[in-house]
Amino acid sequence: MPKGKKPPFGRRGFLKGAAAGAAALVSGPEAGSARPSVQDHDHDHEHQAVPSDLTLRVKALESLLVEKGLVDRSALDAVVDTYEHKVGPHIGARIVAHAWVDPEYKKRLLADADSAIGELGFGGQQGESMRVVENSSTVHNVVVCTLCSCYPWAVLGLPPVWYKSTAYRARSVIDPRGVLREFGLEFGDDVQVRVWDSTADLRYLVLPERPANTDHMSENELAGMVTRNSMIGTARVKS
Amino acid sequence: MNGVHDVGGMQDMGPVHHEQNEPVFHARWEGRVYAMNRALGAWRKWNIDTSRWVKELFPPADYFRMSYYERWYYGLLKLLTDSKLVTNAEIESGKAAKGSPKMTAPLKAEQVVRTYTQARFEGRNRAGAPARFKVGQRVRARNMHPTGHTRLPRYARGRVGTIESDQGVFALPDTNATFLGENPQHVYSVRFEARELWGEQARPHDTVYIDLWDSYLEPL
Repeated sequence: MPKGKKPPFGRRGFLKGAAAGAAALVSGPEAGSARPSVQDHDHDHEHQAVPSDLTLRVKALESLLVEKGLVDRSALDAVVDTYEHKVGPHIGARIVAHAWVDPEYKKRLLADADSAIGELGFGGQQGESMRVVENSSTVHNVVVCTLCSCYPWAVLGLPPVWYKSTAYRARSVIDPRGVLREFGLEFGDDVQVRVWDSTADLRYLVLPERPANTDHMSENELAGMVTRNSMIGTARVKS
Repeated sequence: MNGVHDVGGMQDMGPVHHEQNEPVFHARWEGRVYAMNRALGAWRKWNIDTSRWVKELFPPADYFRMSYYERWYYGLLKLLTDSKLVTNAEIESGKAAKGSPKMTAPLKAEQVVRTYTQARFEGRNRAGAPARFKVGQRVRARNMHPTGHTRLPRYARGRVGTIESDQGVFALPDTNATFLGENPQHVYSVRFEARELWGEQARPHDTVYIDLWDSYLEPL
């Protein structure tokens, strides 16, 4: 902790309130007194700037947790490595490409995504209750989580900042066409836009349209064309 | 709670900024915060609903000011102290309390890849109450304003939709978040016409699908 900086949890408020227990927080108007407060925080957070001492605070917390035996440092390294290098949109892309080349697989994927994704050897947390929704010339699907940041980690990795942004979460349900236009997608009235708000534990993957003139391409080549955004619904796959 | 997190339908949020070739984490501390959240979850002292709920409790101005992983950091502090895994004094000093036992972390490095890429979980297959609604049935999302955690977004309350599919049985976040029981219920994808939600300004054929628990709905 840098000298002269008060941690935001040092005074009454956040952590003191925490001791009240989560159950008390649902009980009525008194809940306000148990609310976390970071009002002591003396940094300018406008534009989501990161306070420079957060790096130090997080380091201090990690050291404490390791000292107490609550986490293994090597496990933390493995989690970071998993999402930086092993799990990401390339998994979703393989699922999409396989559905494009194998109509029977596509049927299974749309009917029972969990089993069909499992067939290809994929799965895992935040991807165990999957649903795949298909784009066509008359239907365009787009996925959002208005309440937090729900996202199919197991097949797309961790969500990009824009997906978690208040702007995207707020506007996608009321003005999906306006949001899609900012991503360069425009649809006429002949296309129905379907927004999927991931409010529960279902996780959505958009099956984008296969581009024209790709009949000669292998499944691997096709997978290479499928972008993350096309599987969220904010892009088309371009040939 | 009619909280700051429930932003669906707000209009003054500006454009959606999307970054090309975005890294998974923008700073090392973000990855560490994410990993600590996941690794500590293995203690099973809280559940995913609890971890969402604590992030809904930030004062509204702080919620908007904080970056995404900053919310995860402060939410984690609350989870750690609520669950008594860590004390306030330990967080302030950065040192374990004298005489506190050394524990054994439940998540090992060698389990991580398998857990996060292979493991199957209970998910939608909980046993629970029978389904009150059928696919194709017209329903109204209840006009309710609980002061606790809920996953019925404000913009859907009181609106009429159609059950599009039955997604199976899941724990009810409203009670699960605060350890008042799983109360397993069917979750349905409910199709709302955009005009039912937003009026004439919406396109006539556009739709919004929202996944809603059985008790969030009432028959018409």
